[in-house]
Amino acid sequence: MAAIETFALEKTYQVGFWRKHPRRALHPLNLQVMEGEVFGFLGPNGAGKTTTLKLLMGLIYPSSGSAKILGRDVGDPAIKAQIGFLPEQPYFYDYLSARELLNYYGQLSGVAAKGRTQRVDAMLARVGLSEAANVQLRKFSKGMLQRVGIAQAILHDPKVVFLDEPMSGLDPMGRREVRDLIDQLKHEGKTVFFSTHILSDAEALCDRVAVVHKGELKAVGAVADLTASVRGRIEITWHGPAIPASLQALGAECKVSGDIARAVLADSHMDAAIDILRRERCRLISVSPVRSTLEDYFVAQMGTQKKASA
Amino acid sequence: MNRIVSIALNTFREAVRDRVLYNLVAFAMLMAGAAILVGQISIDIERLVVINLGLTAVALFGVVIAIFIGIGLVSKEIERRTLYTVLSRPVRRWEFIAGKFVGLAGTLVVNTFFMALAVFGALLYVSRGFKATDSSILVALYFIVLEFFIITALSLLFSSFSSPLLSALFTFALFVVGSFGEDLRGFAALSTGATRWLATAAAYAVPNFSALNIVSSVAHGEPVAGHLILWNTIYAVVYTLMALSGAILIFEHRNLK
Repeated sequence: MAAIETFALEKTYQVGFWRKHPRRALHPLNLQVMEGEVFGFLGPNGAGKTTTLKLLMGLIYPSSGSAKILGRDVGDPAIKAQIGFLPEQPYFYDYLSARELLNYYGQLSGVAAKGRTQRVDAMLARVGLSEAANVQLRKFSKGMLQRVGIAQAILHDPKVVFLDEPMSGLDPMGRREVRDLIDQLKHEGKTVFFSTHILSDAEALCDRVAVVHKGELKAVGAVADLTASVRGRIEITWHGPAIPASLQALGAECKVSGDIARAVLADSHMDAAIDILRRERCRLISVSPVRSTLEDYFVAQMGTQKKASA
Repeated sequence: MNRIVSIALNTFREAVRDRVLYNLVAFAMLMAGAAILVGQISIDIERLVVINLGLTAVALFGVVIAIFIGIGLVSKEIERRTLYTVLSRPVRRWEFIAGKFVGLAGTLVVNTFFMALAVFGALLYVSRGFKATDSSILVALYFIVLEFFIITALSLLFSSFSSPLLSALFTFALFVVGSFGEDLRGFAALSTGATRWLATAAAYAVPNFSALNIVSSVAHGEPVAGHLILWNTIYAVVYTLMALSGAILIFEHRNLK
């Protein structure tokens, strides 16, 4: 079953003094995220990620189209008890302590009074804030606020968790902890929808990703499927400091380190390159495909966009 | 209902922790100073001066709090994006507005209660006792609280669509014009043609705070008619509900930036 579905979801703002100039923040978006999936919503700054999340949270209204979460319209308040949300760079009531804040949000989410205190304490422990539970949030660092943000998002045991740039502003340890937490949520059977522009995180965590750029959905799919489209290069290594000129003529990028030489070239030239190395009596060490990353795919997508718009 | 209560309690807690109730210290000092000074310089009119000064100060302190906290109740939450984590929960937008109103109204009632204690303390000091007519002071305080409810609702209404500065300006302007509501109605009655029509419309549109101000008559020991209490209550409740409905209507359709 789909946990999140959007049907031609679109947002256009009227800008200018008289609000006569339309600015489309999100082109009609059709997306389906299945239950139990960790789904990455990728795009550069200003791509429309936060707009999409705000539409899904009912914080802004669509210009057209609709969206459903767990089969119910996003405007249905009842569905809100099933979702958790961490906004980008969250800011909370800084006059409250972490414990008071979670208790307040627990009340609003309908967490029963009986057991709420234990639930709050468990969440504080889960994000490593037990010792700072009674400290006012105005004294918290950015990383600590992010942890409180994550705690409030999962406090009421939601089925679908939306995280807007959850790793933003965190140090490497903090990022690792958030990654672990998302992984735990997946193992608990939750659906996690998170936006990010840190591609290595998405690559490590997501079952599927969507790429958006300038409000438009560019691609959706498993990371492996997307990166496959930018594959097609191989790396050859051999003993011997000399690089045959004919190899470079094939368009290979060659490097020599010590007595090992390596060349990266299109896989269509693989046989020709091996023939050249045999002729030159070079001792072949390895031939392997170059592993493409999500970043390669992303850069390729954005590059295509720039060329198209030029 | 639970959610409205939770939001109201949080609003009250915010006011307390932001040291809003510290104004009580200033008020207590004002009343103590006034009581001592009046006791020394005035003859026979100590009660009149203390009641007049005390109730006027209660009203002014409360109006300032109602406007300056009221205008930030919604806009500050949007500006700081604290609203995102509230409205992404099963909280309806009208519940948020209602909770905010109840929270600030409650803060003002508590504030007024302690200020009233200071007024009665000063009165006790200058007149060495209470009179039966002093019960009218309670009615005057009740009307002042009704005035706070209207101002809080108006602040919420303006802050649901404009900036805090403009909201403060609009609310304060309505407070000033409304304080001369009876004069506006008198002017409308004396006018003719379009001016009469416009002045009458304005007189009925702005809140009639002058009807809620009985400080002077109470200071002179005049009794308050029962029907005035009833009509003022109905008027304040209806006006407050109308302003709150407007705030909810606007907020329901607003895109949060």
